Amino acid sequence: MTTAVADAHDSHDDHGPAKGLGRWLFTTNHKDIGTLYLVFSLIMFFVGGAMALVIRSELMHPGLQFVHPEFFNQMTTMHALVMVFGAVMPAFVGLANWMIPMMIGAPDMALPRMNNWSFWILPVAFGILISTLFMPGGAPASGWTMYPPLVLQTGDAFPFLIFSVHLMGLSSIMGAINIIVTILNMRAPDMWLLKMPMFVWTWLITAYLLIAVMPVLAGAVTMLLTDQFFGTSFFLAAGGGDPVMFQHIFWFFGHPEVYIMILPAFGVVSEIIPTFSRKPLFGHDSMVYAASCIAFLSFIVWAHHMFTVGMPLSGQLFFMFSTMLIAVPTGVKIFNWVATMWRGAMTFETPMLFSLAFVFLFTIGGFSGLMLAVAPADIQYHDTYFVVAHFHYVLVPGSIFAIMAAAYYWLPKWTGYMYNETAGKLHFWLSTIFVNLTFFPMHFLGLAGMPRRIPDYSTQFADFNTMASVGAIGFGLSQLVFVYVLLTSKKGVTATARVWEAPKGLEWTVPSPAPYHTFDTPPIARVKQEAFE
Amino acid sequence: MIRKSFLGLPGLIGAGTAKADWALNMPKGITALSAETYDLHMMVFWWCVAIGIIVFGVMIISLFKHRKSAGVQSATFSHSTTAEVIWTAIPCVILLLMAVPAAETMIKLEDSRDPDVSIVVTAYQWKWHYKYQDEGVDFYSSLALPSVDARRKESGIDPYSVDNYLLDVDRPLVVPKGKKVRLLLTSNDVIHAWWVPELAIKRDAIPGIINEAWFRAEETGTFRGQCAELCGKDHGYMPIVVEVVAPDAYQAWVDTRKDGGAQVAQLEN
Repeated sequence: MTTAVADAHDSHDDHGPAKGLGRWLFTTNHKDIGTLYLVFSLIMFFVGGAMALVIRSELMHPGLQFVHPEFFNQMTTMHALVMVFGAVMPAFVGLANWMIPMMIGAPDMALPRMNNWSFWILPVAFGILISTLFMPGGAPASGWTMYPPLVLQTGDAFPFLIFSVHLMGLSSIMGAINIIVTILNMRAPDMWLLKMPMFVWTWLITAYLLIAVMPVLAGAVTMLLTDQFFGTSFFLAAGGGDPVMFQHIFWFFGHPEVYIMILPAFGVVSEIIPTFSRKPLFGHDSMVYAASCIAFLSFIVWAHHMFTVGMPLSGQLFFMFSTMLIAVPTGVKIFNWVATMWRGAMTFETPMLFSLAFVFLFTIGGFSGLMLAVAPADIQYHDTYFVVAHFHYVLVPGSIFAIMAAAYYWLPKWTGYMYNETAGKLHFWLSTIFVNLTFFPMHFLGLAGMPRRIPDYSTQFADFNTMASVGAIGFGLSQLVFVYVLLTSKKGVTATARVWEAPKGLEWTVPSPAPYHTFDTPPIARVKQEAFE
Repeated sequence: MIRKSFLGLPGLIGAGTAKADWALNMPKGITALSAETYDLHMMVFWWCVAIGIIVFGVMIISLFKHRKSAGVQSATFSHSTTAEVIWTAIPCVILLLMAVPAAETMIKLEDSRDPDVSIVVTAYQWKWHYKYQDEGVDFYSSLALPSVDARRKESGIDPYSVDNYLLDVDRPLVVPKGKKVRLLLTSNDVIHAWWVPELAIKRDAIPGIINEAWFRAEETGTFRGQCAELCGKDHGYMPIVVEVVAPDAYQAWVDTRKDGGAQVAQLEN
């Protein structure tokens, strides 16, 4: 009897997903959860994008046309929170869920039930955050950096803001633990750490960053909460506290957070460029060391966000030098990608196009980053549109282009069909043209003296603002092409298991679409043969 | 909207000639340190251009030469320790070349000793208060009325018809040319930041903390800036105007302000 039950229970081979809504609510399957994350992040991408369009519409011409300044500030704040925590981070966690088990030859994530929970916390967190738009006093309007004392002037939304940030942190920490445990314990035999694909490597490093800094953010916002409601004065000068301390704590989280959003992108392009160059990744091991180096440096550069708050000279010099150092490992990565292309045999399918644009445009963001590292010049750039241009260059044609590249690259593996290549290329070209039209003029605006986070501006800033607004609307509409590609993704030709001509990695050894359960037994012999030769 | 753009067009052309130096790049400014800051900015910029030409150049050559449609066979190399040592070492040298002058400027920026004039700048939501420490002059400085009227939603006033829209104040900060002016910045409520690009000064005004900044203006004229730290709904509406005047004109201004101040005080008593 017992044996029979056990046998029936053990026959995992044929059982596919459950039917109906329950499949998604109760799923513990890494592929389902990956899909949930990706769909959620796409929705948030459009929600955050709509907020960006409110901002850009208002800024198209001088004078106030559409919204009041207080609502404008709510939009800038919510746009950032939604994009950072709702779009970019969950998209990378979704990719990790889908791909890491398949890339390391594991049957699933190590902690599948927690995996379910770490996803389902997110819709709750963002439900709470977005509901603040309808509360008395409106949504938080103090910028995503939540600097006190300004953030303490938030209306009824304040505790909801704090609680939703706690939930996002909780979700991220659980996701990160899951990824680390999976990578460290569930690799196929024979896959030593330095043999792991770059995407897995960069995610391993990212997950450690997440575990290190999300609790710091939680601590900072908890102190805000007690300052507001329980009479403490951590950040209140009147009670002996220090408003600047919040900034130190926030950016101790905030700077590694920047790399949390870019390291997995490095991993994605490091997968794609070799595939379409038909040549192995140049300097795999030095890429790993460079990523680790960036992760380490990310902990000792935080106060470069604070060159204008008034620090001791020695502090400013330290943070200037340490920040400049980051250019070295980042440069190594870029040189290695170029060296990977060098003397390859390249083709330019959509994932490759997005990856190439990533290398070009992320490098431009890197250049402005280097300029920002120079403290005296940063004093001029700080809190202007130059900074807005910089971080959008590393986040939009940086992180988001990498996410798009990954989506196109692995979509045939997920759906079993080739996507519409013409539409994909159209999406790429429109996105690339408009992203530059949106963000390049912002460099000039910042240098000419336009501060960020203002709803209206003096007339000499009008031309470039109009340009940026036109670009933003164009960029927003271009993303509908991506939705079209997704909606028609099952109408293409059937994809083969390898999908592309010369991809490397275990994920290409399983059929397309990837079966609901892959690698029930570890792929011992295949690791060497298929993936790395 | 379209009508507005057309109306704005002649204004833009005018603005283009009058404020050509505003348009694309950071202003050189009117202090020795703002010029040094500008030079640093340009130095790093040109380094970036040079690196960009090399990296993008190699990449573009590769994109054209090493494509499958050109019939090439891919090479198989995957590492070269020599190359990697070179492209780790060269950036380190370049960074050193940037870091040294940057540090020198930084040290000068922080040296606010022995000022000729000290002004306490207190930020409020959403205006500035200036108190000349030794002259007994103090006043608030807020957005000028024409801008206040025009900035409202559906005000019906074309921003192009307002002089220095959003960048004009009722009472500017007046400082003497060629003297070392030290600002002592603090705030009464939330964090603000006092920024005038031409002076290359941006310093946060933080409640409970007194920050220092200094400048020595080498040219007379009117220079405009804005609050640069999000400080609530009217963050975009607390500009800064600094008028640099000759030292004797400055003294004359102080005297009238002092008298004016005394008269007001008498009236109030």
